Amino acid sequence: MNAEVIFKFITMKYIWIILFAFFFTSCKENKQSISKEEEKAVEVKNNTANTVNIDLEIYDFNGFKKYLNQKDDKVYIVNFWATWCGPCVKELPYFERINKEYGNKNVEVILVSLDFPHLYESKLKPFILEHHIKSKVIALDDVDMNTWIPLVNPDWSGSIPATIIYKNDTSKFFEQSFTYEILENETLKFLK
Amino acid sequence: MKTPVILSIMMITFLSDFTEKNVIKDSGYQIGDVVSDFELKNVDGKMISLSDYNEAKGFIIAFTCNTCPFAIAYEDRIIALDKKYASKGYPVIAINPNSPIAQPGDSFKAMQQRAKEKGFTFPYLVDEGQKVYPKYGATKTPHMYVLQKTKKGIVLKYIGAIDDNHQDATAVKTRYVENAVDALLKGEEIKQTETKAIGCSIKV
Repeated sequence: MNAEVIFKFITMKYIWIILFAFFFTSCKENKQSISKEEEKAVEVKNNTANTVNIDLEIYDFNGFKKYLNQKDDKVYIVNFWATWCGPCVKELPYFERINKEYGNKNVEVILVSLDFPHLYESKLKPFILEHHIKSKVIALDDVDMNTWIPLVNPDWSGSIPATIIYKNDTSKFFEQSFTYEILENETLKFLK
Repeated sequence: MKTPVILSIMMITFLSDFTEKNVIKDSGYQIGDVVSDFELKNVDGKMISLSDYNEAKGFIIAFTCNTCPFAIAYEDRIIALDKKYASKGYPVIAINPNSPIAQPGDSFKAMQQRAKEKGFTFPYLVDEGQKVYPKYGATKTPHMYVLQKTKKGIVLKYIGAIDDNHQDATAVKTRYVENAVDALLKGEEIKQTETKAIGCSIKV
């Protein structure tokens, strides 16, 4: 091999490095801009208005786990969130939109609140009312997080928002925020 | 003759670069890893490094913040950890990993105020440029790391939660961080080296 061939080979290698670098950088930037946007999320109003109309299902993990194992050919999108979590509140409308637009296409969204139990009445229920949440909201109240977090997914560090999309025995776990487009894409993969 | 050598070096450089990046991106330090020192600004304006602590046997590093309800729920317990273990050689060092631009409630000024209000007995450091938390693989607040000084360097011994009940400190059954530090003090193996808990994602 002569010098020119080596040079070409090296250049080719570097092109890949540059492409990779570009890819990762652009991904990262994209992620950051999403996150910043999320931080402008709506402040949750502390509204203690009339909340008698809401029946909130509350479970410990044992009671809740059936929602991770429904094998009826439906696509379930299970999102772990809380009213105090800015990025979660920011992405809720995307889950609501999926639930609305794909509800008749065998897709169901389940919003699992990790709010503190003493704030169910003063924060969670008013939030559901104010934001006209149509997806099913359930509250998971189980302090033994080290036991149940790995049962939801072994890779979950415990940070929220986190989401599982599953259909029968196929599931995908996301410890991240979504845009509507990404959430829709991931949902569509399960509808194929 | 030189060609294969040059190409091998190129390939090795390329591959090792790539692997390293993936490791940092994906997970951060694992249990048993030697951690590198840092130099971060404390709420009193002074720069703090692990190497400043000549007497320490190790550290309880708390990635925490002003704004997360889980972090707030654990504030008093982090203070209690420092009171109990600083004198035994395991002081608490708190690091706020959130970007103040993304989370104004975690600005330097707000941190100073919080440290004063709560009477923090330990440093509360700014992760300026958010460079330290990814090395540890911290993903949320609060996220705890127990480190031990050894002959080979400062080694990561525990990652995870403080205890098993964020809602009620009086109902705690297992104190993960205390168990880990107690084991290190006794020269025993830590039974649970990693635990999971819900927390607020780090704001970038």
